[in-house]
Amino acid sequence: MSLDTAPRLDADALLNDPQTRIVVCCGAGGVGKTTTAAALGVRAAERGRRVVVLTIDPAKRLAQSMGIDALDNSPRRVAGIDGSGELYAMMLDMKRTFDEIVEAHADADRARAILENPFYQSLSAGFAGTQEYMAMEKLGQLRARDSWDLIVVDTPPSRSALDFLDAPKRLGSFLDGRFIRMLTAPAKAGGRAGMKFLNVGMSMMTGTLGKLLGSSLLRDVQTFVAAMDTLFGGFRTRAEATYRLLQAPGTAFLVVATPERDALREAAYFVERLEADRMPLAGLVLNRVHESDAAQLSAERALAAAEALDERGVDDAGAGAGDAAALLRLHAERMQVLAHERRTRDRFAALHPEVPVAQVTALPGDVHDLAGLRDVAELLASQEAPGA
Amino acid sequence: MSGLQRLHVVTGKGGTGKTTVAAALALALAADGRRTLLVEVEGRQGIAQLFETEPLPYGERRIASAPGGGDVYALAIDAEQALLDYLQMFYRMGSAGRALRRLGAIDFVTTIAPGLRDVLLTGKACEAARRQDKHGRHAYDAVVMDAPPTGRITRFLGVNAEVAGLAKAGPIHNHARSVMRVLTSARTAVHLVTVLEDMPVQETVDGVAELREAGLQVGAAVVNMVRPALMDDAELARAEADPAALAAALSAAGLGGASRGARAERLVAPLLRQAHEHTERLALERMQRAALARLELPQYELPLLTDGVDLAGLYRLSGELGKQWPL
Repeated sequence: MSLDTAPRLDADALLNDPQTRIVVCCGAGGVGKTTTAAALGVRAAERGRRVVVLTIDPAKRLAQSMGIDALDNSPRRVAGIDGSGELYAMMLDMKRTFDEIVEAHADADRARAILENPFYQSLSAGFAGTQEYMAMEKLGQLRARDSWDLIVVDTPPSRSALDFLDAPKRLGSFLDGRFIRMLTAPAKAGGRAGMKFLNVGMSMMTGTLGKLLGSSLLRDVQTFVAAMDTLFGGFRTRAEATYRLLQAPGTAFLVVATPERDALREAAYFVERLEADRMPLAGLVLNRVHESDAAQLSAERALAAAEALDERGVDDAGAGAGDAAALLRLHAERMQVLAHERRTRDRFAALHPEVPVAQVTALPGDVHDLAGLRDVAELLASQEAPGA
Repeated sequence: MSGLQRLHVVTGKGGTGKTTVAAALALALAADGRRTLLVEVEGRQGIAQLFETEPLPYGERRIASAPGGGDVYALAIDAEQALLDYLQMFYRMGSAGRALRRLGAIDFVTTIAPGLRDVLLTGKACEAARRQDKHGRHAYDAVVMDAPPTGRITRFLGVNAEVAGLAKAGPIHNHARSVMRVLTSARTAVHLVTVLEDMPVQETVDGVAELREAGLQVGAAVVNMVRPALMDDAELARAEADPAALAAALSAAGLGGASRGARAERLVAPLLRQAHEHTERLALERMQRAALARLELPQYELPLLTDGVDLAGLYRLSGELGKQWPL
């Protein structure tokens, strides 16, 4: 099984389909995920759709490529889109999103108590998993507003590929856990005689925790958990709703990778995980693929010819001998890169022959304007059929 | 800080090969009879894959011998295990750990509570750098950490200061402060891995500024996956000026002449196009090198291995690093 026989990903068909409402780009860090998301946004908008791109990566350059100085937590209209469609872009601000949830779901006093809590302030500024929860929240909010007919999401560069999908479950198991009940118990259980025995055990545990965390931190945590108690439930309900939304028809996952061993290993992991979670996978986008218009000339033959030219020299092979040898060495180096990429890609294709693939040729420079994003999208959308 | 061995923290943007560089550095540091520990903190088992061995258990295990005799040990730090170790080591609270786990408190500390996870991970690496036997001999000559990516590194290392501020007293407070002392000491250095492309270099420049701002010592910039410069602008201009001579030379080298359907002529245009892409890339790389030079850091370069990094490739990279880097 090689990549040449793998089905081709038809990005235009995906973007044209009015049933497609959410496209999620996921993959390892540094594979061009954010650029792919932005390019898809431009492409869809120029095909008449009303699109919002939600990025997680605070890449200033990407904002600039869409003509926006800085992206923030509210969608900004991108100027310069051809045709009747519209493109908006925004960047997830974890703390702002978290604050908004607190403000929207708690009364003023309680909201203030939470926002001023030192534990909350650290938590919301982006520790362990907050980004993933907030990305899920934001996606749910955008979908609920129904102002866009397509949302393109770029997922956080997670420590592990799974954090984005695991966020609702992890939050759920934490909230259902006895630990949180124990933390809130001192505030709730006063006066209930039947709880007395339990409370002895609990105060022992709080004692241990106090010893560990220090009593002031423990108090902050307890106050925070008590104040957040009602909010947590809604949080979980919404996260679970977003999780189901991701499984529903109308969502398409694109796994983004480069033809490198690590990136494709991570991609394979994503593909398997999406399948296990019954998430709809549309295909694999392979960025930075090298090509050659002289691929019929192998690295070995090019190197042999270059050596022959070195030996024969200008007198024998003419004035172009030295330059021709350099061009051949350059070609050989490129063919070696190509061969390595091909082996890596074929390995992925052998493991997941059913996954449609789109390849995007490596560009010598970086993308820094709308025209650049348009070019990337064009490369992504124009895939030759297998065997062509 | 006395009683502390060198701690090398290796970071880099995703895709730049920071795990590979960390492993090559650990190998180079172990050369000639020394002993190093290579630690992983992100649970990806990247080290095991690189050294072509089965997934690492939680526990320090010898995974490679260095050139000239020397040992590289590896450890995949797991936050939960590190917490239980920590409870046991400092408070003899192994049983409390089990009770805490039943309650879900371990989950809370290792995945939800802000920063505690990172304190545990950095704390374990610092402990290894300080560890001595009863004769005062160090367990390791150096510890190399394959750390989170550049975008998160300052927060990851600085978390101890934040946690120490959050927990105003108590063991976590003290632990976080002592870890911070190790991380900000002159014995610890953060090295940044990059490739010669716009975004990774920009991230490196930003990362260095953030690290310095946070009082963390920046060690070296390692430029990874450098492709050879095979042709410059002047050579390309000369070659382009006389395509007939190129075709003649290609033909003389046996790559097909006029009699064989002018195959040599047809090679000229694609080869020149590739040369243009090559010189364009070199021009961009010069700009990236200049941006890196402004950081005024020692800079080391590792070549792109076109066949990918296997075990033999890793030793080759480690040799390259050892030649350039005064370790």
